[in-house]
Amino acid sequence: MTDATMISGTGDRLGSAKDAADRLFQRKRLFNFGLPAIVLAYLVYIFFAFDIAGLAQRARLDNAVTLASDSWSYKTHVTRDHRSGDIAYAIEGERKGMYPEGMRPDWVSDAGDTTVVDLGDGHVVRILPENRTEYDVPGFGTIEAHFDGGRIVTNLGDTPPDWINAGDRRVAITTDAGRVTITRSKTEVFRYFPGWELFWFTLDSPYYGKSFAQIVFGEQWDPDRGNIEGAANDFWHNPMWRHSDVAWAIGETILMAFLGTFGAALVALPLAFLAAKRFSPLMAVRFGMRRIFDFVRGVDGLIWTIVLSRAFGPGPLTGALAILITDTGTFGKLFSEALENVDEKQIEGVSSTGAKPLQRYRFGVIPQVVPVLLSQILYFFESNTRSATIIGAITGGGIGLLLTQAIQTQKDWEEVAYYIILVILMVMAMDWLSGWLRAKLIGGSEDKH
Amino acid sequence: MTDISHPAAAAAPQRIADLQSGYMELARKKRLYGGLTLVVFVLLLVSGFMVADSRNAGGFWDGLANVGDYPAAVISEAWEKRAELPANLVKFFPALVETLNIAAVSTLVGAMIGLVLSFLSTRGLARWPRLVPLFRRIMDIMRAVPEIVIALVLIFMLGGGPVPAMIAIAFHTAGALGKLFSEVAENADLKPVDGLSSVGANWSQRMILGVVPQVAPNFLSYSLLRFEINIRASAILGFVGAGGLGYELRNAMSWGPGQFDAAAAIFILLFAAIVLFDQISSRYRNRLTEGGHA
Repeated sequence: MTDATMISGTGDRLGSAKDAADRLFQRKRLFNFGLPAIVLAYLVYIFFAFDIAGLAQRARLDNAVTLASDSWSYKTHVTRDHRSGDIAYAIEGERKGMYPEGMRPDWVSDAGDTTVVDLGDGHVVRILPENRTEYDVPGFGTIEAHFDGGRIVTNLGDTPPDWINAGDRRVAITTDAGRVTITRSKTEVFRYFPGWELFWFTLDSPYYGKSFAQIVFGEQWDPDRGNIEGAANDFWHNPMWRHSDVAWAIGETILMAFLGTFGAALVALPLAFLAAKRFSPLMAVRFGMRRIFDFVRGVDGLIWTIVLSRAFGPGPLTGALAILITDTGTFGKLFSEALENVDEKQIEGVSSTGAKPLQRYRFGVIPQVVPVLLSQILYFFESNTRSATIIGAITGGGIGLLLTQAIQTQKDWEEVAYYIILVILMVMAMDWLSGWLRAKLIGGSEDKH
Repeated sequence: MTDISHPAAAAAPQRIADLQSGYMELARKKRLYGGLTLVVFVLLLVSGFMVADSRNAGGFWDGLANVGDYPAAVISEAWEKRAELPANLVKFFPALVETLNIAAVSTLVGAMIGLVLSFLSTRGLARWPRLVPLFRRIMDIMRAVPEIVIALVLIFMLGGGPVPAMIAIAFHTAGALGKLFSEVAENADLKPVDGLSSVGANWSQRMILGVVPQVAPNFLSYSLLRFEINIRASAILGFVGAGGLGYELRNAMSWGPGQFDAAAAIFILLFAAIVLFDQISSRYRNRLTEGGHA
C-alpha cells in the first residue's frame, strides 16, 4: 500500500463522515423545525375545532364580574314592600341574614316619615311614604321615582344615562356606591361591603359583632350559656355558612379517599401475589389476573361511579367504592411488579435457617416490598383526595357536592370561594400528611413516586 | 462467681443473656407497636366504613345485591339493539375525538407551562434563584386544585364546551408535571449550561440548548403518562358539562331506559380509547426511559 492510497482512503472516510454528519444535521434541523410546526398546526386545528374565536361572544363577562366581586364582598339589602310599606334589612337578601326586629344597619336612619339610606361617598337614597323614592347621586343630581296608577314615573326624561335602566315596570340604577331597583312590588337598595359577613355569627346570635377578646374575657352575653360554649355552638351551627355541614363534607371526602385507597390496597395485595410470576406458578391464573386488573383500570373511575351510584345511591360510600374498584386494578398491577422484583437472596437466607414457606414470605418477602407498596399507597391517598372531590360532585357526597350546589345557585360566590380555599387546603394537608407518613414509616430511603 | 481468675469468661454468658433479653424486649416492643398501629388502622377502616355506610343514601348490603342491575340492563338492551351499535359508535366518535383533543391540548399546554415552571423552581437553573420557593408554592397550589373546581367556575363564565375543561386540566397538569420535571432537572448535568453561559447565551437559550436535550426523554415519558391520566379527567369533566364523551354519556343516562344502547356505545368507546392509549403510551415510555435514569 502506498502513501497515496492511504491518504485518498482517509479522504474518503473523512468525506463519508462529513456526509453522515451533514445528514444528521439535516435530520436535526428538520426535527427542530418540524416538531414546533406540527405542534403549531395542531394548535391551529384546535383553535377551530374548539371554536375559540366564538368564545368571545359566548363568554359572559358580566358573570365573570359578578363572580369576581361577589367572592370577596357582600351586599346588604334594604327592601320596602310596596303593599305593606314595611322595610326589611337582610344581608345578601337571605332570610338567614335578616336583621331581627328592631335592629338595622347603622347607615340607615329616620327623618320623620322618611327612611334615609346612606350609601357612602355622598350617595343618599331616601325611601319616602307612598312608595316614592329619591336618590342623590353626586355630580348628577337627584333621581325621583313614584308610582302613577301602577306605572313607575321618574324625572329622568327620555334618554337616561347608561347606568340607569328605566322603564314603566322596572327601574334599575347602578352606581359605584350601590344599586337601587324599583319594581311594582318592592323597592330594593343594595349597599356593598368587602369581606365575608356573618362568617362567625349570624345576626340573631348574641355574639354577633363581638370581638374574640370580648367573648373570651368579657361579660356573659347570653344569660343561659357560658360565652365560649355558646359562641362555639353558634359558630358551629351558623345557618349562613353552615360550618358543621362543611366540616362533615370535608370529612366525607377524606373518608372516601381513605376507605377507597386502603380498601383497594387490601384487596389488591393477595391478588397481586396471584399475578406475580414468582409466586403464582400457573400461567393461566397469572394471565387471567392481569387481564382483570387491566379491565378494571380501563373501565374508568367515571363509569364505575355511574354504575355504583345506581346501586348504592348518592353518598360517601359510593365514592369510596368507586375509588376502591378503580385503584384495585392500578394497585394490582403495581404490586405484582414490585413482587416480581423481589431479591431472591433474602428469601434464600431466611430459608437457610429452616423457615417454612409462610415464614419465608413473612421474613423474606414482606420486609422487602412493604416500603415500596406503602410509598405507592400513600402517594395514591393524596391524589385520591382530589379524585374524591370530583367523584363527590358526580355521585353527590362530600365537599364536591357542596361546591357544585353553591356554583349552581349562581349567587353564593363567597361560599364558592370559601369551599375552593378549603379544598386546596385539604389537598395540601393530605399531601403533607402522606409525605410525612412516608418519611416516618419508610425512613425516606425509598424512591418517591 | 467462683472463678476469680477469669471474670470475663463468667461474665460472657451473663452478657449474652442480657443481650438476648434486651433484644427480645425490643422485639416485643416493636411487635406491640406494630400490632397497635394495625389495630388502630383496622378500627379506623371499620368505623370509617360504618360512617360512610350510614351517611349513604342506600346501604351497602342492600346495594350489593343490585350492583349488577344497571350493567345488566345496559348490556341486555344494547344486545337487543346490537344492529344499531355500529351506527351509535360512528355517531359518538366525534365526541371521543373531542375528549381526546381536550386531553392532548391540555397535556401539551400544561407540559409547556410545567417546563418553564420547573426550570424556574430548580436550584442551579432558576432564572431568579431567590424566587425558587415562590414558584414551588405556586406549583403546589396548582397541583392541589382539583380540575372540577376550575372547570365549573369557567363553565359559568365561558359557557359549556371543551375550553373550560382544557384550561382546568392544563392548569392542574402544569403544576403536577412541573414538580416531576423539576425533580428530573435537578439531576441534569450543569456543564453544558456553564459552557453555554461562557459563550454569552441568555437564560432561555441555556435552558433550551443545555438542559432540555438532557431531560427530554424523561419529560416526554412523564407527559405521556399524564396524557393517559388526562383522558380520564377529560371524560369526567365532560360529565359536568364540559363537552366530549362525558357530556354525551350524561345525556344518554338522563334519558334512562330506551337509550341504554347509546350509553353502551359510549362505554365501549371510552374503554377502548383508554386501553389503547394506555398500551401505546406504556410502550413508548418503556422505549424512552430504557437505559436512561428513570
